[in-house]
Amino acid sequence: MSFTKKFSALLLSAAVSVPLFLTGCHGSRGLDPFVIPEEFDTSRNYEITFWAKNDTNKNQTDIYHQAIEDFQTLYPNITVNLRLYTDYSRIYNDVITNISTNTTPNVCITYPDHIATYRTGTNVVVPLDELFVDPEYGLGGSEVRFDAPTVDEIIPQFLSECAFDDAHYALPFMRSTEACYVNKTYVEALGFTLPDVLTWDFVWEVAEAATEKNADGTFKVNGQNVMLPFIYKSTDNMMIQMLRQMGADYSTDAGDILIFNDTTEEILYTVAEHTATGAFTTFKISSYPANFLNAGQCIFAVDSTAGATWMGTDAPLSDISEENLVRFETAVRMIPQADPDDPAMISQGPSVCLFNKGDPQEVLASWLFTQYLLSNDVQIAYSGTEGYVPVTSKAQESAEYQDYLSRGGEDNDHYYSVKLDAAKLLLEHTDDTFVTPVFNGSASLRNAAGQLIENVTKSVRRSETVDDAYMEKLYADIISLYRLDGGSSTASVGKAELGPLPATSVALLAALGGTWVLILAYVGREFLKKRKK
Amino acid sequence: MKKILALIAAAVMMLTAAGCSGETADTADVKSEGVMTYAEYAAAELETPVVVETYVQAKQGWWDNKATFYTQDKEGGYYLYNMPCTEEEYSKLTPGTKIKVSGYKTAWSDEVEIIDSTFEIMEGNYIAEAMDATALLGTDELVNHQNKFVSFKGLTVEASTDATGNEAAYLYGWDGSGEAGTDSDLYFNASINGNTYTFVIEYYLCNETTAAYQAVQGLNIGDTIDLEGFLFWYNGAQPHVTSVIVK
Repeated sequence: MSFTKKFSALLLSAAVSVPLFLTGCHGSRGLDPFVIPEEFDTSRNYEITFWAKNDTNKNQTDIYHQAIEDFQTLYPNITVNLRLYTDYSRIYNDVITNISTNTTPNVCITYPDHIATYRTGTNVVVPLDELFVDPEYGLGGSEVRFDAPTVDEIIPQFLSECAFDDAHYALPFMRSTEACYVNKTYVEALGFTLPDVLTWDFVWEVAEAATEKNADGTFKVNGQNVMLPFIYKSTDNMMIQMLRQMGADYSTDAGDILIFNDTTEEILYTVAEHTATGAFTTFKISSYPANFLNAGQCIFAVDSTAGATWMGTDAPLSDISEENLVRFETAVRMIPQADPDDPAMISQGPSVCLFNKGDPQEVLASWLFTQYLLSNDVQIAYSGTEGYVPVTSKAQESAEYQDYLSRGGEDNDHYYSVKLDAAKLLLEHTDDTFVTPVFNGSASLRNAAGQLIENVTKSVRRSETVDDAYMEKLYADIISLYRLDGGSSTASVGKAELGPLPATSVALLAALGGTWVLILAYVGREFLKKRKK
Repeated sequence: MKKILALIAAAVMMLTAAGCSGETADTADVKSEGVMTYAEYAAAELETPVVVETYVQAKQGWWDNKATFYTQDKEGGYYLYNMPCTEEEYSKLTPGTKIKVSGYKTAWSDEVEIIDSTFEIMEGNYIAEAMDATALLGTDELVNHQNKFVSFKGLTVEASTDATGNEAAYLYGWDGSGEAGTDSDLYFNASINGNTYTFVIEYYLCNETTAAYQAVQGLNIGDTIDLEGFLFWYNGAQPHVTSVIVK
């Protein structure tokens, strides 16, 4: 981690509102739809590009390289060029740029929200349904040179997240959810018993208790000058999950924006109340939850299960110096719930999509590599780098993966107990996960959801009054900032995301306009000349 | 046609002259009414509104109508995080440009910064000389110069160890998870007087086309180096290096 991650987080939020120009050179006509070749031509050599994202985790980088090497051994006529990114927003931005010049990668790690935008180009992203079931080259097909999963062996919930408009445009690659990493030692020191399922009420109560200070200004629970009892990493997830748990609206599948409702306001008042006492803060305002948790300065740290290797005294990855580490027992729980009997949590994680090309053979080569990413070798290795879970039952149920799960705590590296507990949490609660609807503009709505919490938190810290008038203005500001006004967001948000023309586009349009003026002037002059004759 | 060219030339000369008419480095740094001195800014509580006049020293890439600036007046440094600006404004905010900034003082991982800010360009120009902070490395005094343009001289490049235990003179990314040709920051360690410190080439400040990035890519363990950069903080000093000279 570093400051760069903060920048990346902002890039991510910014990227969704980047001006979109998908109607470049080929955009108006588009590529022809991809048709599966009858046979993969192995007499030719193919060079494909794979844009991937790693969580600034060298083990993940190494696994990508190993996967490519192993795949190239199986298919010596296919060369895979890896381009690594450290954040999704850079991939998204580069894909957008390259769509207009028809230089997209062949295979790309991505989010479904982003694919919704890529698809506004014609036949840019390959629909995968026919490929899934092709007898020769489909998932687990007869001509595939490795042990690939069948479509039925992909976890249905995860696969369904990659479907829009009745077709699949991606495959899930890894899945995670959010977890609450708890300093159990401090919870018990404050006189509470940590339940198996956290409720919001419990978390707020303990967090408030942790704000109590000694006469010298230090906090009673840790004896330090700093205690941020409850830190939430992704406040968009926080708002989305709270709304879901409370049965409140967020958006429709068609893209109607429903977030500005009374339940949202209720949540924001709760956030304000606990920010005012110092019980709550966010990553964007304070920093990484793991840094505070591991320094004994936080009790409830909500972050991705894919961040588990940073959590806890014995975490294999750490951003704070050894002398600042505090020993405590780390417990992994579901995120706080409104109803413990009906838990709900977000499903998230990278998916992989395939870009169309003029040469169907090249696309088929790319598809084979994409499929390889779902093989057990890659799935089990990559999921072990963090608290990810494999996306196939074939991998999840394999003896190798089951052995891995059974060895939690054997060391503080590959078998780090917190990481394994985080992965198990998702495995046990896959049926309790959900995703939000994907539409052109859904990424803006997601950002808006988080910004509501960030703004309220900042305002309280700045001693501003948070009341009904504040809420009214906040809603208006967020609607304006994220262009969420209008009926169908598919239209309104999509239009809004276009934003102002970039300087290069203005220059291009000006040049085109100037050219037309000159052409018309020339034609006019010739016409006048002829008339004079 | 000649007349048009003459007019363009005259206009360019006028613009050039205007660009050079700013305040010189020798002019006293007098603050406008309602503007904080650096001492007042340093004393201000976190999460309170601040108004400062400062001079752009360097900037990170513009994105989505925001950019991040390393700025400094003649007393101290100000880090303007994610300041809203148009692409056109960003192009005008060149090193030396004087700006008046209104925003909130905050801290993120101990880096003190101004956020949620607005700005206006003022008359004036100032480029800070690098303050030699070599003797301050490892001392409590160093933080008092946070965000200033500083130099460190006569350091020795030490080994950096990646996540898999391999040693190198520098790493792509903090743990070696990055690669050449990507947007990876460069991390390297350097020592003086028996203590080792970590330095960063922040990609969005100095990318692979810059001399600083390329110089780090050419480092060897044991090299003696002089560094310049901005005294950034991330859970401790983590300077954002802009110049690397191998002795």
